Amino acid sequence: MITLGDYLVVSAILFAIGLAGVMLRRNLIVILMSLELMLNAANLSLVAFSRFRIGGNGLPDYNAEVLVFFVITVAAAEVAVGLALLVALYRARQTTDVDDLTSLKF
Amino acid sequence: MPPFLFWIFAVLMLTFGAAVVLNRNPVASALCLVVSFLGLAALFMSLDAFFVGIIQVLIYAGAVMVLFLFIIMLLDIRAEERRRINWLGVIGGTAVAVILLIQICVVIAHFRSAGQAFPPLARSTTDDVWNIGQLLFTNYTLPFQIIGVLVLVATIGVVLLSRREPR
Repeated sequence: MITLGDYLVVSAILFAIGLAGVMLRRNLIVILMSLELMLNAANLSLVAFSRFRIGGNGLPDYNAEVLVFFVITVAAAEVAVGLALLVALYRARQTTDVDDLTSLKF
Repeated sequence: MPPFLFWIFAVLMLTFGAAVVLNRNPVASALCLVVSFLGLAALFMSLDAFFVGIIQVLIYAGAVMVLFLFIIMLLDIRAEERRRINWLGVIGGTAVAVILLIQICVVIAHFRSAGQAFPPLARSTTDDVWNIGQLLFTNYTLPFQIIGVLVLVATIGVVLLSRREPR
């Protein structure tokens, strides 16, 4: 029997993988991919809660799925802007490695 | 959905999600991300969220991954494999992620509803897309329009950012 907790634990593991990717990878492209993993982990728990909370008419709570729709749209816009910034950065500095970008380092 | 399918897709998604982080080559990372998103779409379908599963495949596994692969193709990707690994950063980052994971799992263990199975659904006379669209165009009309403006601004911003500076 699959419970709500199983989905939440899978979502938590996916979020932890994404967080680890953001913190230990130095390549900006892979950091953006890890951000996507974290957003998707949040989506998974939202959909699990939506399916768990049955409304009065016996259907899932569609408010959460509308929120997932918004999250996916914002994530797509974020990736587009992030990758455009990455291309602009690569033109200016010829690198995608965060260790080479230390102009703001104290 | 039978339980073994849930475990197959969950393990598939988490394995390829970890492979995204562990691969040194960004192209391999991007292809692992596609498989991970497809596994996640299967999990959405197992939760009877067919619309979300379909847009997961269309937008993430389709549009976003094509964008990633194009950018990887445009840039020089071989540079990273020569670099040495900063072990202090690797250990620190992994430790923070593991601590967060343990904390979330403790919260889930104390959450009373987490041990319950999903209640059965009633038969709907309308399908999933209709129900979500109905809600989107009645209760959430203003957020929907705002998100449209956001996508427009993002599009214009991307064009501006990637334009070559006139010298």
